[in-house]
Amino acid sequence: MRMLPVLSRLAWRYLWRNHRRTIVMLSAISVGAWAMIFMTALTRGMVDQMIADGISVIPGHVQVHNPDYLDDPSVNNRIALTDAELEQRFGEAGFAAWASRVRVPAVITSERESRGVTLLGIDPDAERAFSFVDYDKVDGRFLEGPDDNGVVIGAKLAETLETTVGKRIVLMSQDPDNEIADRGFRVVGLFHANMDVYEETYAFIGKRTAQKMLRIGDTVSELVFVGSDYRNVEPVYEKVSAAVDDSVKVSRWTEVDTYLGTMLGVMDGFMLIWVIVIFLALSFGLVNTLVMAVFERVREIGLMLALGMKPMSILGQIIIESMMLLAVGLLIGDVLAYVTVKPLESGVDISIVAKGMEMFGASSILYPKLYMDDVILSNVVVLVLGFLASLSPAWRASRYEPVEAITKV
Amino acid sequence: MTAVRCVDICKTYRQGDQDIKALDHLSVEIQKGEFVCLMSPSGGGKTTLLNAIGGLDIPDSGEVWVADKRIDQMSKGELADLRLANIGFVFQAYNLIPVLTAQENIEFVMQVQGVPTARRREKSLAILEEVGLTGLESRRPAAMSGGQQQRVAVARAIVSRPALVLADEPTANLDSKTADELMELFKELNEHHNTTFVIATHDQRVMRYAKRIIRMRDGRIVDDIEQNAA
Repeated sequence: MRMLPVLSRLAWRYLWRNHRRTIVMLSAISVGAWAMIFMTALTRGMVDQMIADGISVIPGHVQVHNPDYLDDPSVNNRIALTDAELEQRFGEAGFAAWASRVRVPAVITSERESRGVTLLGIDPDAERAFSFVDYDKVDGRFLEGPDDNGVVIGAKLAETLETTVGKRIVLMSQDPDNEIADRGFRVVGLFHANMDVYEETYAFIGKRTAQKMLRIGDTVSELVFVGSDYRNVEPVYEKVSAAVDDSVKVSRWTEVDTYLGTMLGVMDGFMLIWVIVIFLALSFGLVNTLVMAVFERVREIGLMLALGMKPMSILGQIIIESMMLLAVGLLIGDVLAYVTVKPLESGVDISIVAKGMEMFGASSILYPKLYMDDVILSNVVVLVLGFLASLSPAWRASRYEPVEAITKV
Repeated sequence: MTAVRCVDICKTYRQGDQDIKALDHLSVEIQKGEFVCLMSPSGGGKTTLLNAIGGLDIPDSGEVWVADKRIDQMSKGELADLRLANIGFVFQAYNLIPVLTAQENIEFVMQVQGVPTARRREKSLAILEEVGLTGLESRRPAAMSGGQQQRVAVARAIVSRPALVLADEPTANLDSKTADELMELFKELNEHHNTTFVIATHDQRVMRYAKRIIRMRDGRIVDDIEQNAA
C-alpha cells in the first residue's frame, strides 16, 4: 500500500506520455462499454416488458392453486378455501397486492361467432394495481365490482365476434357436476392490451357472478400475490407457503410460466456472454497498448529496478496503468450509455418489426432499461478480464534484469 | 570496516560466438569511507565490477559482499532492498524517469523507501539547492540540459545519504565547471558523512579527487594505488 501513490502517479503519467495511443485505446474502451450497456439496456427493456406483461396477465409473482389445477384447469380443481378464510389468512399479511380469481376455460358466443377463451372472474378493485388492463382506457367501462353482471372482453375478440359494447354474448363452461353452466352477459367494455393475443384470450366478469354461474359457492381457482420485485419473489413465496397447508400448491411465476422463467435466465446469460465477447475484441487492443508501453520504456523499468524498486512493484505499476485506462474508458462509456439510454426510456417505436417481436411476447414499443446492476456487471467483467489480460505484459516487465534493461537502446 | 569485498569473481559474456571475460578472478576490498576510482580502457571490466557490487549483475563465480552481506546469492527482492537502503547509483547516461519532474525524480527513492511527504519535500529542496538547481523543481528531464539532468541524477543518488555511492562516468557529459562542482559535492559527502564512493571513470579531473585508484585491464586489477586527493 505504501507504494500505491508513487505507482499510481507513474502509471498515470506514463499513460499520457503517448497521448494519441491512449486516446485511441480510450475511445475503443468507451465505445465498447457503451455498446455493452446500450445493448443490455435494450435487451433488458424488452425482456422486462415481456415478463412484466406476462406476469400481470397471468401469474403475478406467486400463485396458489389446487395441486391438480395446472394440469387440468377445470372448475373441479378449485382451492378448498372460502373467501372468508382467504381474507382471514392473507387480508392483513402485508402483501403489496393479492387477489383471488375464478379462472376456467370457456366458450364465448355472439350472434355471429364463437371462440374459446379463458374466463376470469375477478374482484376489479383487488387487481387494479397489477392488472395488464388499464381500467381507465377501456372502451365503455371496466367491471365495477365482484357482483357486476357485465362482461369485459378484448377489442380484438370483439372484432372477431363482430360484437361491441352494449351487445349481448353468451359465456359457457362446465359446473362441478359436469353440467353446462352458461349465462348471457352484456358487453360493458372492450379492453386494449400491448398484444393482440391478450385481447383475443381473456374475458372478465365479476368474481361472485362467476361463482354463481359455475355454482361453486364462494370458492376460487387461484390466488395471485405480487411483491415488489419479480426477480426476487422468495420473500413472498415463503410468506404465502407459511400461510397454507398441503391441500394447495404454491408456485413462483417462473414455475407457472416456464417460458418467461427460462427467458429471464437465458437473457441474463446472454448479457454476460455479450459483455465477454465485446471485451475479447477490446483485449487485443489493450494487450497491444500495454506491450508497446512496456517495450518503449524498458530502460526506465531497468532504472527503477536498479534504484531499488521491487519487481512486484513494476508488475503493479503496469497493472495500475491498465486499470486506469480501463476505468477512464469505462467511465466515459458509462456516461455515454446514460445519456443515450435515458432519453429512450420513455419508449422507442419498433412497430416496423413489432409483428415479428410479438411472436416472442414483446410489444411494438420498446422501453430500454438502464439497471445499475447491469452497469456494474459490465464494468466489473471488463475490469476483471482486463486485469487478467494485463498480467502477461506486466509479468514480462517485472522479469527484466536491471543491467540488461538499463543498457537497452 | 569493510564496505565492499569481492572474492575471486568471474563474469563472462557471450558476444556472437565469442566469450568475453569481463571479470577474471578479480578480488578487491574497499573500506568504509574510501573514495575509489576504477580506471580501465573501454571493455576493461569497470562497469561490470560496479554492476556486480551494486547487485545489478550476478557474477558467474566468486563472492560479493556489501555492508557485510553476501549479495551474489540474494534474490531479486533482497537485492532491491539492499540497493534501496544502502546504495546510490549515478549512471553514465542521465537515466532520469522522464515522466517525473526534477523534484519528483529526487524524491523517487525516498518515496520507495517510505519517507514521509514533508520530510521528502524538505530533503529534495535542500539537495536541489546543494546541486545548484533551485528553481528547476518542476521541470521534466526533457526541459533540462545534460548537465542539469546529471546533477538531478546525482542529487537522487545522494539525497538519502546511502553508505555507498556507485557512479559510472558521472562527469562524462558535463562541462569542466559542472564536473568540478559535482566532484566537490562528492568530496564533501565523503569527508563529512563518511560515504564510500566507487567511481568508474576515464576523466582525469575525477581521479584528482580519488584517494585510491584501481586500474583494470581485461577484467583484472593491474594496479591499486593510494594517493593524496585534491
